[in-house]
Amino acid sequence: MAVEKKPRNQMPCRDPKERAGDFKEVSLGYDLQTAKAEAMRCLQCKNPLCRSGCPVSVRIPEFLHAVANGEIEKAGEIINTTNSLPAVCGRVCPQEEQCEKMCIRGKMDAPVAIGNVERFVGDYMLKNAAPKKTDKKQSDKRVAVVGSGPSSLTCAASLAAKGAKVTVFEAFHKAGGVLVYGIPEFRLPKSLVESEINKLAAAGVEIVTNTVIGKTLTMEELIADFDAVFIGNGAGLPVFLGIEGEGLNGVVSANEYLTRVNLMKAYEKDSITPVYRGKNVCVIGAGNVAMDAARTALRLNAESVTVVYRRGREEMPARKEEIHHAEEEGVRFELLTAPLKLVGSESRRVTSLVCERMTLGEPDASGRRRPVKVSGSEFEIKTDLVIVALGTSPNPLIKDSFKQLKTTERGAIVVDENMQTSVEKVYAGGDAVTGAATVILAMGAGRKAAAAIAEKLGL
Amino acid sequence: MYEILKIRRLAPNVREYAVYAPEVAKHAKAGQFIILRVDENGERVPFTICDYDKNAGTVTVLVQEVGYTTMLMGRLNEGDCLKDFVGPLGKPTDLSGYKNIVLIGGGIGTAVIYPQAKQLKREGKAADVIVGARNKELIMYEAEFKAAARELYLTTDDGSYVRKGFVTDVLKELLDKKHYDCVFAVGPMPMMKAVCNVTKEAGVHTVVSMNSIMVDGTGMCGGCRVSVGGQRKYACVDGPEFDGHLIDWDEAISRLGTYKEHEAECRLRAGKGE
Ligand SMILES: Cc1cc2nc3c(=O)[nH]c(=O)nc-3n(C[C@H](O)[C@H](O)[C@H](O)COP(=O)(O)OP(=O)(O)OC[C@H]3O[C@@H](n4cnc5c(N)ncnc54)[C@H](O)[C@@H]3O)c2cc1C
Ligand SMILES: Cc1cc2nc3c(=O)[nH]c(=O)nc-3n(C[C@H](O)[C@H](O)[C@H](O)COP(=O)(O)OP(=O)(O)OC[C@H]3O[C@@H](n4cnc5c(N)ncnc54)[C@H](O)[C@@H]3O)c2cc1C
Ligand code: FES
Repeated sequence: MAVEKKPRNQMPCRDPKERAGDFKEVSLGYDLQTAKAEAMRCLQCKNPLCRSGCPVSVRIPEFLHAVANGEIEKAGEIINTTNSLPAVCGRVCPQEEQCEKMCIRGKMDAPVAIGNVERFVGDYMLKNAAPKKTDKKQSDKRVAVVGSGPSSLTCAASLAAKGAKVTVFEAFHKAGGVLVYGIPEFRLPKSLVESEINKLAAAGVEIVTNTVIGKTLTMEELIADFDAVFIGNGAGLPVFLGIEGEGLNGVVSANEYLTRVNLMKAYEKDSITPVYRGKNVCVIGAGNVAMDAARTALRLNAESVTVVYRRGREEMPARKEEIHHAEEEGVRFELLTAPLKLVGSESRRVTSLVCERMTLGEPDASGRRRPVKVSGSEFEIKTDLVIVALGTSPNPLIKDSFKQLKTTERGAIVVDENMQTSVEKVYAGGDAVTGAATVILAMGAGRKAAAAIAEKLGL
Repeated sequence: MYEILKIRRLAPNVREYAVYAPEVAKHAKAGQFIILRVDENGERVPFTICDYDKNAGTVTVLVQEVGYTTMLMGRLNEGDCLKDFVGPLGKPTDLSGYKNIVLIGGGIGTAVIYPQAKQLKREGKAADVIVGARNKELIMYEAEFKAAARELYLTTDDGSYVRKGFVTDVLKELLDKKHYDCVFAVGPMPMMKAVCNVTKEAGVHTVVSMNSIMVDGTGMCGGCRVSVGGQRKYACVDGPEFDGHLIDWDEAISRLGTYKEHEAECRLRAGKGE
C-alpha cells in the first residue's frame, strides 16, 4: 500500500530565550485545524499496534478518527473510556516509548503525534464539555482513597461514577500529588490539575487535605469506617548520592527544590517560602525530574545549569521532548560523568562538585550498558547549588504504622492481579506499588483497582 | 480551617495557642509536632505539640515570634482561623527505658519538655527539670513545671531571676551530685550541642529534639535530613528525637541557616505589617 508522505505537524512552542525567563507553559498546543490534519495522518490500522503500546489501551485510531471528522467531544468520550486525564497524559506521557513507538507510520515518515492530539482533545473537554451526570444511583458503599496523585484521582473518579461515596485523604494542603508539587507549571499548568480536581468534587468526591494516613488517621480506622481503602501514596522518599559533602548547604533533593517552587510558589517575587537561587547549578540525574529541576533553575535566573549523568545520551530516561527543550533553553549536559564528592566553603556552602568520567561497558540487569570509571579522569565543576534527582523509593510512612501490609524489600506495597494488598478490603496502586514510574501507569493502576473494588462491593 | 480558640501570652515574644483540630488531638502523643500555614500564601512551619485535649479537640502550641510567619501569628486573635494544620507528625518521645531523668529546656524548647514532664510524673518517675532563658521575662510554665517536676532548677543568662548562668552549669552540678540514666534536652541547637558535650564526658545517654528546616514533614523532600552516627536520618519521620551524642552538630547548625538572607528580608516585611 502506498502512503502519501505527510510530515508530522510540529507542536508550536514559545521561543526558548523568552520562555526560559518565566514559568508559563512552553508548548502552546495544536489548534483545531492542526489537530484534524494530524489526526488524518493516522492510517486507521485494522490491528492497531499503538493501542498495545499504551499502558491503558486508549482506543487511539477511534479517537483520531473522530478528531479527523471534527467530532472532538466524541473523541473525548472515546478516550475517557480508558483514560480520564487526557489533558495531563497528552502533556507528560513518554509517547515515544509507548503508542508512538509502535505507530506504523513511524516506519514511513514519522509516527502520528498521538500525544499532541490527545492533549488537544483533553483541553477541549476541560473547556467545553459539560460534566457528565452519572445515571448510576448513589450507593451507600464508602471508599477511602489515600493520596491524591493520578492513581488516586483515577480510582476516585471511577468509583464515584459507579455510585460509591468516595473520600480522598491527602497529606499536603493541596490535592494533586506529583502533578502539583513535582511537575512544573511550564510543563503542566496547575490550573489544569485544579480543573480535574474540581470535576471530581463536582462528581461528589469529598477531598480532605492535611490528613496524613498513619498519623492523622490510622489505617485501622479507615478499614473500620469504610467498605474499602485504596492506597496511592506514591514514591516519596528521595534517593541521595551517598558521597562526601552531601550535608553541605546548597545540596538539595529535586523533591525539595521542586516542591518549594511548584507547591509553595517560591518563584514568585513576594513568596514567603524560600528557595535557593543558584548561579551555577548542577543537577544530578537525567530523568524527567532532573530535566524539570534543570529548567526550573534556569527560570530562577541561573547563569549556568549542568546536568551530570553517569551514562550516555541514549540511556537518559527523560522524555525526548524534555531533553530537547532543556537543550534549546541552554541546559548543558556532562554525560558519562559520575559525581565523586562535594566540596564546601568554610561556612559549609557547596562550592564545587568533583566528578570523574565514565565509559560504557557490558549491559547490566536493566539492559542498559553499565558505566565503568575512567581512571585519572577526575575534574571539578564550580557550583553553588546541587540538585539531586536520582529517583525516589516508596514512602514508608504507611507501612511503618500498619505492619500487616506486605511490602517488598524495597518497601513497595505488594498487590495481587486485582491490585488487592495482603490485607482484606485494602487495595493499592501507582508509584507506591511500582516504585517511581509514570502518570499513565499510576492511572491505569487506579482504574484497575477501582474495577476490582466495584466488583467486590457489588457496584 | 482551624480555629484558634484561646491565646495566652507567656513571655514578651511567646504566645500559647489552643487550636481546634480534633483528629490531631485524638492521635497526638508527647514529642510529636504539627505543621501549619497561616493563610493561602503562607509557608509551612513546624511547631511541637505542647499539650492536647482529646475531649475538647484542641492542640496547644507555643510559638516564639522570630520571623515572618511567627510574627504574622503574633497578630492573630482568638476566633481567627489557620488555613492549614497537619499532624501529629514525627515519632513520639520514648523515655520508657529510663528511670532517673533530667529534662532540660532552653528558650522555646520548654514547649517540648513540658508534656514530657507531665507524662513522667503520671508514670510515677517525675524528672528533675532545668529551664534556662535569657532573662526572667522569658521563663515560661514555671508553675506548671513546679507541679510536674521532682525538682525544678531555673537559670537566666543575665541573672535577672533565681540564678545567673546556663543550663549546662546546673547540669554539671547535678551530674556530680546525683545519678541519672538519661538527659532529654531541647532548645536552640548550640545549647543542645553544649549539653551533649557535658553528658558525653559524663557518659550519660542524651536525647535531643531536632528543629531542622522542614517542608512536607512526611519524609518526601529530604530537607530536614541530619547526620546521626554517620547515617542520613530525616527529622520529620525518623525523629524529631535522636541520640544527641551521634549528631553532626556543626552540619545541623549550619543547615539551619540555609535561608537566612531570605528570612531576614521577610522579617523586615513582617515588621512593616505587610
Ligand atoms: C518532577 C517530576 C516529573 C515527572 N515527570 C513525569 C512525566 O513527564 N511523565 C510521566 O509519566 N511521569 C512523570 N513523573 C512521574 C509521575 O508523576 C508519577 O509516576 C505519578 O505521579 C505517580 O502517581 P501516584 O498516584 O502513584 O502518586 P503521587 O503522584 O506521588 O501522589 C501521591 C500522593 O499521596 C500523598 N501521600 C503520601 N503519603 C500519604 C499519606 N500517608 N496520607 C495521605 N496522603 C499521602 C502525597 O502527598 C501525594 O500527594 C514525574 C515525577 C516527578 C517527581
Ligand atoms: C520539629 C520542630 C518543632 C518546633 N517546635 C517549635 C515550637 O514548639 N515553638 C516554636 O516557636 N518554634 C518551634 N520550631 C521552630 C519553628 O518552626 C521556627 O521558629 C519557625 O519556622 C520560624 O518561622 P518564621 O517564618 O517565623 O521565621 P524565619 O525567619 O523563617 O526563621 C527563623 C528561624 O527559624 C528556623 N526556621 C525557618 N523556617 C523553618 C521551617 N520551615 N522549619 C523549621 N525551622 C525553620 C530557621 O532556623 C530560622 O533561622 C520547631 C521546629 C521544628 C522543626
Ligand atoms: S520535612 Fe521533608 S523530608 Fe522531612
